[in-house]
Amino acid sequence: MLEFLDVYARHADQWGPRLADAAVVSARISILGFMLATVVGLILGLAQEASSRIVRTVVRGYIVFFRGVPVLAILFLIYFGLPGVGIVFDAEPAAVVGLGLAFAAQMAEVFRAGLGAIPRGQWEAAMSAGFRPAQTLFLIILPQVVRIIAAPVIVTFVALLKDSSLASLITVNELVLEGRALATEYFLPLHIYIWVGAMYFLIAFPLSMLAKYLAKRARGARA
Amino acid sequence: MSSLLSVQDLHKSYGNLEVLKGIGFDLSAGEKLALIGPSGSGKSTCLRCVNFLEKPTSGTILLGGDRVGAKAGERPMSNRELAPQRAQMGMVFQGFNLWPHLSVRENVATPVRKVQGESAPVARALAEEMLAKVRMDHKADAMPEQLSGGQQQRVAIARALAQRPKLMLFDEPTSALDPELVGEVLNVIHELADEGRTMLLVTHEIAFARDVADRVMFLYDGLIEEEGPAREVIERPQRDRTKAFLSRMHG
Repeated sequence: MLEFLDVYARHADQWGPRLADAAVVSARISILGFMLATVVGLILGLAQEASSRIVRTVVRGYIVFFRGVPVLAILFLIYFGLPGVGIVFDAEPAAVVGLGLAFAAQMAEVFRAGLGAIPRGQWEAAMSAGFRPAQTLFLIILPQVVRIIAAPVIVTFVALLKDSSLASLITVNELVLEGRALATEYFLPLHIYIWVGAMYFLIAFPLSMLAKYLAKRARGARA
Repeated sequence: MSSLLSVQDLHKSYGNLEVLKGIGFDLSAGEKLALIGPSGSGKSTCLRCVNFLEKPTSGTILLGGDRVGAKAGERPMSNRELAPQRAQMGMVFQGFNLWPHLSVRENVATPVRKVQGESAPVARALAEEMLAKVRMDHKADAMPEQLSGGQQQRVAIARALAQRPKLMLFDEPTSALDPELVGEVLNVIHELADEGRTMLLVTHEIAFARDVADRVMFLYDGLIEEEGPAREVIERPQRDRTKAFLSRMHG
């Protein structure tokens, strides 16, 4: 056991900085991807209630498509496929767009559930007070929605963070790809992948606990 | 003289169900009109059409001479275009509809800032003034969920008053309240009536309608069955349906 740990002591200087740099890349594509997913997801979530049947059908189609197709296939499609029609992305933007569009479908469902939990009277009171629709949404409705959906939003972020490792397969130099590079360099894949896994876990686990706590509190608040 | 509110030939259908079959009335400044009638008679729908929470199928609403909800050439307004018109009408709902994430004071002050464009101190002062009027100033920092139904409804009235509306709309303001809380809300509405505010009121409280309103309109099946001075209609109804309804209400 000590021997096993000793390997880390000997290599920490070389591995640490490289994995830290790669972790920054992982965090960056995850956060940017999540921001895109949130914005697109909110628009889709609202559009599902649109009066136009065409809009609703298109949105439904988007959600069904992106929930039914693996994230990896979407990343390949964007990075390797789209250049075929003249749209060329660098690897990192491709990862952000792919993760963002894929998880937007997830976020749309989360927002839809949250918006559906707000009574009609809340909209009506805001509109009769003279708020414009955008003011109603941002001052009255979304602040309430955010409290309701905090837990599923965090769960979605954790899922996105883990799936950001797929970006390694379109050459983004994030944690998993850097781990693989180190593993081939040092012939110590067990040690290196444990380290890589631990870095994801150290972010994902506290967030999952937080989501659990928020979900419990939300249930308590309504009971 | 021209009336403050004019409702002309108002129709509203949901699919094949015609809820309002041509309602018309005028309300001059300072006048109080109570809409009474059995459930399903269309009185709430009528009230909600006035500020376009329900879009009328046809008909005309004029507020201070201006067409509500439609622009030149009958083009219907969007919710965005309706906002300034709705701001001129203070609405009080059966279910209070306070915003649960905002304190009592913020419930009243937020529209003052965001709709009327007042500064935070002005909005705050106006909110305190309106809360004092409904005797809720001591709860300004409370959250809505900490209040009783009667207290919530009084805050909702303060919120509507803070809009400095031309017209107050009350949609069954006491129907969701426990019986012992009805009085405190009716008292507040009564005081507002005495201030000379223009009010359109849908209510099940017949005695209250008699005492507060100048006129009463009895709706039946989407039409005005009978209308006239409040005391007259309620104490000496002419039509059989009005008589039947009122005798049921008096138990």
